[in-house]
Amino acid sequence: MQRREFLKLLGGTAFLPLVPGVSWAALPATDWQRLLILIELKGGNDGLNTVIPYSDPAYARLRPRLVIPRDQVLALTENTGLHPALTPLLPLWRNGELALLQGLGYPEPNLSHFRSIEIWDTASDSQEYLEAGWLARAFHNAPPPASFAADAVVVGDPGLGPFSGSGVRAIALTDSERFLRQAGSITPPEIRTDNPALQHILKVENDIAQAASHLALGDMPAADFPRGQFGDGLKTVARIIGGGSGAAAFKVSLSGFDTHSNQPGTHARLLGELAQGLAALRATLNDTGRWRDTLVMTYAEFGRRAQENASQGTDHGTANTHFVLGGRVKGGLFGKPPQLDRLENGNLVYGVDFRSLYATVLQDWWGLDAANALGRRFERIPGLLA
Amino acid sequence: MLPPFDMPPLWQGVLLPGVLLLSLLGLAPVTALAAPMGEDEARTLLFRTSFAANETQVQEYARLDRQHAVDRLLAGSQQAAASSPPELSGVDRRLIPGGMRQLSEDEKKALLQQSREQGIALRAWWIGEMLTTPSPFTDKMTLFWHNHFTSGIQKVKSPQLMYRQNVLLRRYALGNFGEMLHAVAHDPAMILYLDNVSNRKGKPNENFAREVMELFTLGEGHYGEQDIRDAARAFTGWGIDRENGGFRLYRVVHDDGLKTVLGKSGNLDGDDVLDILLSRPETAEFIVQKLWREFVSPEPDEREVHRLAQVFRSEHYELRPLMRALLTSDAFYAPQNRATLTKSPVDLIVGTLRQFNLAPAENRTLAFASQQMGQDVFNPPNVKGWPGGEVWINSATLLLRKQALERLLRSIHSDDRMSDPGMRMQQASVQGMSENRLDPQRWMEQFSRDVSQRNLQAAHLLLAATPITQIPADAPPAALLRSLLLDPVYQLK
Repeated sequence: MQRREFLKLLGGTAFLPLVPGVSWAALPATDWQRLLILIELKGGNDGLNTVIPYSDPAYARLRPRLVIPRDQVLALTENTGLHPALTPLLPLWRNGELALLQGLGYPEPNLSHFRSIEIWDTASDSQEYLEAGWLARAFHNAPPPASFAADAVVVGDPGLGPFSGSGVRAIALTDSERFLRQAGSITPPEIRTDNPALQHILKVENDIAQAASHLALGDMPAADFPRGQFGDGLKTVARIIGGGSGAAAFKVSLSGFDTHSNQPGTHARLLGELAQGLAALRATLNDTGRWRDTLVMTYAEFGRRAQENASQGTDHGTANTHFVLGGRVKGGLFGKPPQLDRLENGNLVYGVDFRSLYATVLQDWWGLDAANALGRRFERIPGLLA
Repeated sequence: MLPPFDMPPLWQGVLLPGVLLLSLLGLAPVTALAAPMGEDEARTLLFRTSFAANETQVQEYARLDRQHAVDRLLAGSQQAAASSPPELSGVDRRLIPGGMRQLSEDEKKALLQQSREQGIALRAWWIGEMLTTPSPFTDKMTLFWHNHFTSGIQKVKSPQLMYRQNVLLRRYALGNFGEMLHAVAHDPAMILYLDNVSNRKGKPNENFAREVMELFTLGEGHYGEQDIRDAARAFTGWGIDRENGGFRLYRVVHDDGLKTVLGKSGNLDGDDVLDILLSRPETAEFIVQKLWREFVSPEPDEREVHRLAQVFRSEHYELRPLMRALLTSDAFYAPQNRATLTKSPVDLIVGTLRQFNLAPAENRTLAFASQQMGQDVFNPPNVKGWPGGEVWINSATLLLRKQALERLLRSIHSDDRMSDPGMRMQQASVQGMSENRLDPQRWMEQFSRDVSQRNLQAAHLLLAATPITQIPADAPPAALLRSLLLDPVYQLK
């Protein structure tokens, strides 16, 4: 058989060449210089021992073995203080760049890790199953500039979480240099097909190739990031931001918060890692002049049970406190402080729907249509962003 | 009491002899089926039901007509695993109230460690079974039911109970759906997974009642909240015997009151509720749609689904006749449906190793690779199972898939690397799939002697559609396999 014939057979007629050079580079109304960095505290952080209602006698009563002694709490107000491991965050608090959002949750809380993180990722109701992540939907409606290396970059744990869905160019990588090496082997062919499954694979290949060819890495940051996957992840985020190649959002995870037993040591280590990492990130982005364009928020599937368990740990809970920080964040306490005398099945009752935070990010940070992305209107958190 | 669960409408009984009559007269549908199915159809059948196939198998099936080909496939399918399970301890102590209390911290740690180890061994066992089973269709179906009647080891905790559930799903994989549903509702792993252990009279837990309607039988929108509430009461007291880990009915916490589910009232118990669900036409449609997405295409054809659901009901939920009807249907073989399904991580890993007759370095490595690619067997992400399809592929999982295939290909010429212990470790890690090497030259011997003919046959066997990468007709075996395995089409089936 002639080579040409063989190619014809193999190449098929279903695949026609793409029309080259077509792009829709409309000027976005949104300021896409503004970045969002999501920090997932995997396993469900114990909010009560993170941002501590130290003056409430019920706190010590519910936690005879886990209580952080009053003299060790980093007091922020008369009633509320931080776990001592969070010391690196104090300068941010004093600077008014750190907001603490208390009582985040949702009605009919689900206590399964998987289901509850899916609820947070997709911004669904407790009994509602949605396919796409909340940011995937937002970016699908209002795509970040096509010149960006990607819409979103997930560093470390490859779950796309809030970026999961078809309308978004999301890249997952662990080591940016290795990603660039591996991605080098991907050369997406310029063909068109009407097979949706194949279209999808080619789109992902294109996303990888686009990211690989546009991804520039800035200098290795001088700041002292914590050792380990989380610190490395933040460092990678800082380098990608420093490289100026463009991505609207990032996600980094810190795992190990499912502290059912022997919580104190583990929790202190994790919070220390979190605080040191966030402080180093802020220092780095401050130096490169990007901190004012940056919004960082933590999230997790749930908080933990108010009452400690018999193994010096805490079981799955519901409402939780989260951090929001950045150069334009108005620091302080937001949301609803935990009401330890009004527990439901031993769990905190939420005060602010987590989708209110999402709506604030979408609308007030990026100027996007939050109701469109979240399926309905959620009240935004007033005064969170300066 | 309730009528038997699936009384077919009368007219079906009339129609059936009509079809038989046609076939006796040698009329239309049957003559069409009597023709040999040919290579393309044989390939579709084998790759979608059996992970992979070699050229000889494809040729053998190609000579049969659809009916005989599917009969042959079904005749070879087993109801039990060929390999014996790993050593698993009895019922997990954590399931016994207070069972952990007398233990010291160290003993607890050791117990958790043992349970984790056994969980990994269990995953490795199933991957190993899939690699070596003479009845891969049974495993494909078992995996399908595992993703339908989901339970996950993370919540169930006991590897032993997860194994028993696998045995159950395997037994009914091509058996009777109604019987399987009843058995699953009595299955301890399921009872734990959907919280029926805490479903008691006066304090019902609706988890199982909701999912059995939404995800196992009717599908969303075919029941109301009142149905769920009363169904939950019917399942109260269905629990686990803490001594042997088997099913146990706790009568004192069972609700004997009057209940109404989907219009049927009475002192219903759980089995009555399941029969009511099986009596609804939506159940057959729902299952057929799901099977369609697994075996045929991502977009079920409404009329065909309806036709197959009728077959399913008139056959009293027997899966063999249903699968026979599905796997002999024109839609299953339609050219426009080829390469429209995305291989799952298990399809990719098991399929590739079976394809090239490679023995795995370590089954647990493969289980880990599959988990990394998004399919942790025995541990689906939630009760809905793996969404599958395009969701399998994102930048991270696609790079992992390509990397795994690259490693396999690289092992072809890597004598020096393999002798380096560091490299060997790396090979054996996430993506190191196999201990014996892929020998392209030898593998190509199953095809024609003519080079370009041979290459074409190899492409035809390995890919469900024409490759996207252009390949020289005279490509040497190693280069050819590299092109074909790394082609985007290789991710499809």
